[in-house]
Amino acid sequence: MDMEYFLELFFSGLTRGSIYALIALGYTMVYGIIQLINFAHGEIYMIGAFVALIVAGVCTIYGLSGFAILILAAAIAILYAAAYGYTLEKIAYRPLRGSPRLSPLISAIGMSIFLQNYVLLAQTPDYLPFPRLIPSFAFMDPVAHIIGSAELVILVTTLVTMVLLTLLIKKTRVGKAMRATQQDLSMARLVGINVDRVISLTFVIGSVLAAIGGVLVASYIGQVNFYIGFLAGVKAFTAAVLGGIGSIPGAVLGGLIIGWSESFAAGYFSSDYEDILTFVLLVVILIVRPAGILGKVRKQKV
Amino acid sequence: MTDKKHKLLEVKGLTMDFGGLRAVDSVSLTVHEGEIAALIGPNGAGKTTFFNCVTGIYTPTSGDILLHPKGLATRRLNGLKPNKVTEMGLARTFQNIRLFSGMTVLENVMIGRHCRTYSGIFRSIIRNRSVREEEQEIVETSYRLLEKVGLEKFVNEFARNLPYGAQRRLEIARALATDPLLLLLDEPAAGMNPYETSELDQLICRISEEEQIAILLIEHDMKLVMKISNPIFVMEYGKKIAQGSPLEIRDNPKVIEAYLGEEVDA
Repeated sequence: MDMEYFLELFFSGLTRGSIYALIALGYTMVYGIIQLINFAHGEIYMIGAFVALIVAGVCTIYGLSGFAILILAAAIAILYAAAYGYTLEKIAYRPLRGSPRLSPLISAIGMSIFLQNYVLLAQTPDYLPFPRLIPSFAFMDPVAHIIGSAELVILVTTLVTMVLLTLLIKKTRVGKAMRATQQDLSMARLVGINVDRVISLTFVIGSVLAAIGGVLVASYIGQVNFYIGFLAGVKAFTAAVLGGIGSIPGAVLGGLIIGWSESFAAGYFSSDYEDILTFVLLVVILIVRPAGILGKVRKQKV
Repeated sequence: MTDKKHKLLEVKGLTMDFGGLRAVDSVSLTVHEGEIAALIGPNGAGKTTFFNCVTGIYTPTSGDILLHPKGLATRRLNGLKPNKVTEMGLARTFQNIRLFSGMTVLENVMIGRHCRTYSGIFRSIIRNRSVREEEQEIVETSYRLLEKVGLEKFVNEFARNLPYGAQRRLEIARALATDPLLLLLDEPAAGMNPYETSELDQLICRISEEEQIAILLIEHDMKLVMKISNPIFVMEYGKKIAQGSPLEIRDNPKVIEAYLGEEVDA
């Protein structure tokens, strides 16, 4: 076995995995608070990538440099995605609060289809080339065959994002309100927490993470399409379930496992097998541990 | 004699239907400032439903729930969301303990404090000086409340690791953190041993005296109710069947019948 090849696969798996983890966090946070699987989450990721593409196009005309474009494009993509996430919750889920659990789920699937087709009609059904916004760093040259500059940027960005998220949840009062809402929604109301605002905030945070993921992936892979949200969404959702839906460390762990399994399956067998191994893993873990690796079995109190 | 006291909570003709079932049937009662009132009755009489209506968990079918804060305008609480009701000055605890079990004891109390302080989402992320000072104030107040209920040695313990009686007291501390005018306690002594119960009745009296908070409690422990509360309201099958001082209630034939069943022998 070739150690260098192994490391290359390891880092490419880590890169993919950390992006899946970013998206999976959005699924898991929303599920943790309102027990809803937000199927439209993948579309928010796709919209983030599209907005970044448009901004990058405009910026290129004005002749900005690569890194400045990346920052600006990411910032605007984040704002847009946050607005979409907020609006999505407001119009598609909030009116259904308190109705049977299946209703918001159907609504989520509907929003997913709607957003895909909206981008299809408003933009294009074709794959669009996405500019490689992440520059190649000279200092990365000696190790470039193992880990590229783009991968490094992605890893550092996701790591910083996750640390910030952890600090937000653990240290600030809105984080405390989010944890309280997750543990007992009606009790959180009774101690005076504006639960609706906490839920909105959760959607906004999830969307911001998805948009960051979208911009990073698009500039890594180099193309976007209205349909990219679906597969990324399914993978990230799998990651969230694998790690234990509702659990934040679980989402990160699940994302990394899926990233690695894909990368190693493609590297050692064939790229035809990368998706298969992911879902085989999911099936096995659901058989052995239905709540996911770090998931807690929720006790239903009557 | 009670007429001279300031009315705090006034409930008029409160009715709550669940489909065809009338769980609370035009119940009226008034709690005055400084009182420890009790709501008693057999199981299924509608006491907890009454609490749920007052605290905004249910929207009552009809009736009025009025809060008269001293020196402020009267507020009608019907149909307000629970977090609004809490802001208006009502706090409650539950029959089955509902702490945020994955948080520390201190955090549980601090969270109750949040509705009384003002830092929005963005300010709490930026954490400038005024936010940090406010946070400091919250910690100090919360710690003082924990001392009051005798839990200061558990501050950094997870709530789920506390002994049962301590969890009950923590629920009370969290409710107090919201700065209520009226505290609603749903069976605070349920499952407690006699020693814990006697500690609890001292705590309730202390809260009522020191914090100037009126208390309305649901309780099955008659010894506790008779000892600390006046007036007592009695419910049966959703209706209020009696009200009065402990002595009046003890001798009220309707109450005895509700608890022990109708007398059959002549």
